[in-house]
Amino acid sequence: MSHLTSLLLNGLSTGAVYALIALGLVLIYKCSQVVSFTHGTLVLLGAYLVGTMDDASGFIVALLIAVPVAAGFAGSINLTLLSRRAGAPPVSLAILTIGIDLVVLSVLTQQLGSNVLNISHPWGETRWDLGVASMSANRGIALLMVAAVAVSLYLIFTRSPWGLAMRAVSEDTEAAALMGLSRTTITTLSWATAGALACIAGMFMAGPPTPGVTTTVAVVALRAFPALIIGGLDSLRGAIVGGLLIGVAESLAAGYQHELQFMGSGFAEIVPFLLMLGVLVARPSGLFGSREMTRV
Amino acid sequence: MTTIDQTTSRPTQAVIRGVALALIGVAVCVAPLYLDTFWLRTGLTVASAAVGAIGLTILVGTTGQLSFAHPFLMAGAAVTYVTLADNPVNTAHLGLGLPPAAAAVLAIFAAGALGLAASPLASRLSGIYLGIATLSLVFIGQHILENWTAASGGFFGRPVPPMSLFGLSLADSPTPPVLLGVPLQREELLWYLSAAVIVVAWIAGRNVVHSRVGRSLAAVRDSEVLAATNGVNVRSAKRGAYIASSMFAGAAGVLFALTTGSVAPETFNLGLAISFLAMVVVGGLGSVAGACMGAAFIAGLPLLLQEFSDQLPLIVQTGEAGGMQASTATSYLAGALIVLCMLFEPRGLVGLATRGRSLATRALRRTRILTSRATHN
Repeated sequence: MSHLTSLLLNGLSTGAVYALIALGLVLIYKCSQVVSFTHGTLVLLGAYLVGTMDDASGFIVALLIAVPVAAGFAGSINLTLLSRRAGAPPVSLAILTIGIDLVVLSVLTQQLGSNVLNISHPWGETRWDLGVASMSANRGIALLMVAAVAVSLYLIFTRSPWGLAMRAVSEDTEAAALMGLSRTTITTLSWATAGALACIAGMFMAGPPTPGVTTTVAVVALRAFPALIIGGLDSLRGAIVGGLLIGVAESLAAGYQHELQFMGSGFAEIVPFLLMLGVLVARPSGLFGSREMTRV
Repeated sequence: MTTIDQTTSRPTQAVIRGVALALIGVAVCVAPLYLDTFWLRTGLTVASAAVGAIGLTILVGTTGQLSFAHPFLMAGAAVTYVTLADNPVNTAHLGLGLPPAAAAVLAIFAAGALGLAASPLASRLSGIYLGIATLSLVFIGQHILENWTAASGGFFGRPVPPMSLFGLSLADSPTPPVLLGVPLQREELLWYLSAAVIVVAWIAGRNVVHSRVGRSLAAVRDSEVLAATNGVNVRSAKRGAYIASSMFAGAAGVLFALTTGSVAPETFNLGLAISFLAMVVVGGLGSVAGACMGAAFIAGLPLLLQEFSDQLPLIVQTGEAGGMQASTATSYLAGALIVLCMLFEPRGLVGLATRGRSLATRALRRTRILTSRATHN
C-alpha cells in the first residue's frame, strides 16, 4: 500500500512539472493559436540559465535573473518572428516554431555538450517524510508551485484587466482589435508568461531525483505535449489535470515495471504517448478542450 | 501581377525542358562511372530522403496535415523488408527468405497498412491535434523496435540482405557486371536502382499533386468545411493522403536500409522527423521538385560538411573540440532556413527559382525591346 501511495505522490509531483510546461503552452495557444514546439527548448534554456549563474551569484539571485531573461526571450520570439505571421494557418506557425527550436537547441547543445550542469537548489537532496511515503523536497515544492501558479492564473484571468484583454483576444481577435486591444502586446505577454513558467519548470526538472541540466531535459519536456493534448489545447484546467495524469501514469508504469515486463523495458517513457492516443481516440479534443463545431 | 509570357513561346519551352531532362538523365546514368564511393553514398542518402520528402510534401504541403510519423513508417518498412528478405538459415533473427524484390514491394505496402492503421486517428482529429498525435508514433515505434529484437536486431540493429533484381544481386561481388570498362559494385548498382525509384516517385507524386485528387486535398487544406460543401469526402481524402504518404515513406525506408546496409532503431528518431519537415519546408511546401531540392540540401549537407571538415572553418570532426560538428551546423542552418522560409518565402527554394526565372525573363524582354527599338530607329 505504501508503495502505491509513494508512487502516486511521486507521480503527482512529476506531473506538476509537466503541468507547469503545459500551462504555458495553453496560454500561448489561447492567445495566438500557435502550438509552440520551441517550448521543450525553452525549458532547457531556463534550466541552463539558472545552472550557469548560480555558481557565481547563488541560487536565489540566479533564479531572479533567469526567470525574467527567459520570459523576455520567449516574448521576443513572438514579437520578432511569430507576430509577423499572425493569422497564418496553425500548421505553418507550428513549423515556424520548429525552426526556431532547431536554432536555439543547437546553440544550447553547442554550449552544454555532454556536460552535466548542476543546480544547487537550497533544498538540495532533502526528502519530505509524509508518514505513509516520502518525496523529494524538490518535487514537493514543484507541486506547491503549480497550485500557486494555478490560483494566480485564475485570479489574473478573472480579476485583472490583462486577463480580461487576453480572454477577449482569444475569443475574437478582430472585435478585440476594434476595442483597442493590441493583439501583439497580448500575445507577447502570454509568451513571456509561458517562458517564465518554462524556466521555473526547467529549474525543477533539473533537480533531484533527476541529475542536473543535460540536453535530455528538452526531450523529457516533450512529455508536456501529451499533457496538453489530454487536457485539451485551450483549457488551463485541462493542462493541470493532463500534467498530473501523465506524471501519475508514468510513475505507476515505472513502479510496476516488473509486472509490466511483457510491454518491454523502458515502457514508462512511452506511457504518456500511449495515454494521449487513447484519450484522443475517445475524445478528439481532449478532456476539457472546446470542441470544434462545424455542421455541413 | 500576371503577365502572359510572350518572349519564350510554348514549343521553345518544351524543347528546352526536353533537352534539360535528357541532359540530367545522361548525367545520372554516367555519374557512377566517374564518381567515387563518397559521392555515390551521398547521392544514395539524398535519393532515399527525396522519396520520403515527396510523400511528406503531399501530406504537409498539399493536404495541410502536420505529421511527425515519417520515421515510424520508414522504420516499419525497413524492418519488414529485412525480416521478409533475410534467409532464415543464415540469420540469428527472424527471416522468411522471400525474394528481395517481393519483400521490398510488401514492405512498401506494410508502410501503407501502418498509415491505414493510423488513419482512424487521422480522420477523427483535425488540424494541430493530429500533428501532436503523430509525435507519439515516433516514440512508440522506437520502443517497439528496441524491444522486438527478433525482428529489429535490437540496439545494434541487423544487417540488411542485398536487393536482387532479375537474378542480379545489388552487392559487391568478385565478378561484377561491367559497363564501359567500369565494374559495377554495390554503390553503383544501388545508384541506378535509386534513380529508377526517384523517377517513379516523382511521376507518382506529381500525378497526385496535379490532379483531381491533389485539388481535393488542397481544398481540405484550405478549408475542410468548404471542401465538404463541394463534394469532397474530407475523411477519405485525409485517409488517402495518409496512406499515399506512408507508402512513399515505406519506399524511402527500404532504400535507406539498402543504402546504409543495417537498420538500427536509434536512427528513426524525432530528429529524423524534423529533418523531413525541414526538407519539405525549405524546398517549398506542396512541390515535388522542392521536396527533392530540400532533400538534397538537408540530407546531403551534413555528409559534405563532415567530409570536407578539415577544409572548412568552424566545422570539426565528430569527437573533436573547439568547433562545431557537422550535424550541429546542419541543424543551425536547417532551423534558420525554416524560419526564413516561413517569414519571407513560404514557397521555399522553388519560390526562389520562380522569382529568379521571372526576373531573368523580364530582363530578357527588356533587352529585346531595346534592341528592336534600336534596329527600327
